Amino acid sequence: MGNWVVNHCFSVLFLAVWLGLNVFLFVDAFLKYEKADKYYYTRKILGSTLACARASALCLNFNSMLILLPVCRNLLSFLRGTCSFCSRTLRKQLDHNLTFHKLVAYMICLHTAIHIIAHLFNFDCYSRSRQATDGSLASILSGLSHDEKKGGSWLNPIQSPNMTVEYVTFTSIAGLTGVIMTIALILMVTSATEFIRRSYFEVFWYTHHLFIFYILALGIHGIGGIVRGQTEKSMNESHPCKCAESFEMWDDHDSHCRRPEFEGHPAESWKWILAPVILYICERILRFYRSQQKVVITKVVMHPSKVLELQMNKRGFSMEVGQYIFINCPSISLLEWHPFTLTSAPEEDFFSIHIRVAGDWTENLIRAFEQQYSTIPRIEVDGPFGTASEDVLQYEVAVLVGAGIGVTPFASILKSIWYKFQCADHNLKTKKIYFYWICRETGAFSWFNDLLTSLEQEMEELGKVDFLNYRLFLTGWDSNIVGHAALNFDKATDILTGLKQKTSFGRPMWDNEFSKIATSHPKSVVGVFLCGPQTLAKSLRKCCHRYSSLDPRKVQFYFNKENF
Amino acid sequence: MGQIEWAMWANEQALASGLILITGGIVATAGHFTQWYFGAYSIVAGVFVCLLEYPRGKRKKGSTMERCGQKYMTAVVKLFGPLTRNYYIRAVLHLLLSVPAGFLLATILGTACLAIASGIYLLEMNSTHSQESVFLGSPLNPCSSVSPQTPACRNAWELLGGCRPRWAAVRGEQWTPIEPKPRERPHVGGTIKQPPSNPPPRPPAEARKKPSEEAEAAEGPSAGPQDNPIPVTDEIV
Repeated sequence: MGNWVVNHCFSVLFLAVWLGLNVFLFVDAFLKYEKADKYYYTRKILGSTLACARASALCLNFNSMLILLPVCRNLLSFLRGTCSFCSRTLRKQLDHNLTFHKLVAYMICLHTAIHIIAHLFNFDCYSRSRQATDGSLASILSGLSHDEKKGGSWLNPIQSPNMTVEYVTFTSIAGLTGVIMTIALILMVTSATEFIRRSYFEVFWYTHHLFIFYILALGIHGIGGIVRGQTEKSMNESHPCKCAESFEMWDDHDSHCRRPEFEGHPAESWKWILAPVILYICERILRFYRSQQKVVITKVVMHPSKVLELQMNKRGFSMEVGQYIFINCPSISLLEWHPFTLTSAPEEDFFSIHIRVAGDWTENLIRAFEQQYSTIPRIEVDGPFGTASEDVLQYEVAVLVGAGIGVTPFASILKSIWYKFQCADHNLKTKKIYFYWICRETGAFSWFNDLLTSLEQEMEELGKVDFLNYRLFLTGWDSNIVGHAALNFDKATDILTGLKQKTSFGRPMWDNEFSKIATSHPKSVVGVFLCGPQTLAKSLRKCCHRYSSLDPRKVQFYFNKENF
Repeated sequence: MGQIEWAMWANEQALASGLILITGGIVATAGHFTQWYFGAYSIVAGVFVCLLEYPRGKRKKGSTMERCGQKYMTAVVKLFGPLTRNYYIRAVLHLLLSVPAGFLLATILGTACLAIASGIYLLEMNSTHSQESVFLGSPLNPCSSVSPQTPACRNAWELLGGCRPRWAAVRGEQWTPIEPKPRERPHVGGTIKQPPSNPPPRPPAEARKKPSEEAEAAEGPSAGPQDNPIPVTDEIV
């Protein structure tokens, strides 16, 4: 529990502040429009839905301002770098930027719904009062002339009883931009569902650029001044408190009260979104500038099962373990940038990524590199991004669990730890690593296999065979494979992987593993790192709780959920 | 772009449109707006669209994630056969359903979204057909694998769902339900062989005589085919 609090307290605080601000802005605007005398006459026609619509509009402005900020990844990297004095847990929150982006998007959808429903009621009220002939206050107010020459200042945007609400919607700036914004928002949301994003990334990526229409429409949405309040001058002359009752006598010469005059509320959305839009434009320019910097591909390796390794060099590029980069290949697609975890260690003089076929773009990329006789396609690199996983190096004993594709960041971590160990780096507290590699079949990760083999060899040469203790678990086994393994039981190396360590089949029994580690290291602090599915995270967290001794001096397991 | 199954996005969009139609309809009916009966229609149309689009169809490539509890609706949707399977029909149906809701401001958003969903379904049909014609009939790839003798469509029923145009080899442009895989009963100890139930077969007649000969040999050197200079005893372990 303490662990959870430490890991999450900042996120919880941040979300609480954000929700609190939303609630505060909503209630504040609601009360303002519900109580202020300026909108007394407007309320006479519209009722409480005016305040509802305005309150949700303010929240929409606030959230539209926030939504662009989490996707400025270069800005976030800059913040991360400048705040290096802040604790790592604080900086780790910057890695949850996409989660925040989604939460803000949901809030925008909610407030859009409230705003539209409130305005539907508003339009209906306006329409009814325009058509009313009962001489009520509402109908008189609605009759206020739109003709500027006669000095009239109108309240009801529906100019004549014959005008339909649909006509007003599509001919007023507010209505038209509202429709454009909402349709853009809906298309963005439906193409951004997890299923579509993971299966057809291009649909998501290109449709999401409709945000440009959303932002532009939002900027000019309020220009028409459709929300009307009484002018200052008119309030001084004929305050609603005195004059509302005697509305039949407004036109009489001897009455103290004159017809109220109204003015439109100026557009204010642009004030909220100007700064983030400028920041985002700077971000895109920066991405473009970084992408134009020359990337030299020093080595291209085609691993089995169509895995492509690219070793590259770029001037001024410096990375840390566990970070990722975005790459773009203009000859395949001009606009698409895809993230890949770096698999090289910072100590090496190049940086590398391993690309597996996972969709259209990756397939085309691998095919382009497979052509031996044509020129190598140009690659653009942006990054590195992400909080470094230096925590791994802070624990005396580290338990690293990589499931499936989650094994990729561990390539970088293991290599880095090995380099540090070789140089007897004093910053390295790690004395022992337990590495669990769980995958269905090793085909797509045979490059990782090779890495483990070479690490094995190097450890033997240095005589430190017990530094790295790894186990491989194949979850996609059948009786043939097991039969082969049983027959070759006596061989020194595993028949499937060629590693000294024999492959196990099925899933690891974490209780056994944890109790073994606890007995071998009774006084250490053990860090458990996972890159894999949620279900595995749950079972590992449970085991950490179960096997941590109550005595703080004895073995303690700390679970670090890293979102690589 | 060739591998994109637009129908999957169209499905999400149509589901969202259904929800928007329902919401707009409720607002119009509850608020008793003018011409609120269009709102009532919109609720019914929205519910129908949601029920139709809730079960996610199977992807052509890769595994498909089911929506929570969709198997009940899958059974119902399957009942209507080609009417619900064929994406063309779905596209036209959505377009027709969206029109009446367009007369009321509260539901016009639902109309627009449903019309867009209909458009995306048509995009799917277009892209699949053009893919197939390029793959199979272009001069770069003279197809000899597709027999020109494929029977042409016979009747309207086949035309709706069963008929494949002559040059189409890929069945892609329709909604396929996600069937649950039949659970294989785990063979417990499938490789454990039961001990033999029958006694071993009897040895042939000559072998059966051997014990009596050995009994004679135990008494003295045998006069058999071999003369052993040293007495030999058969050690049976």
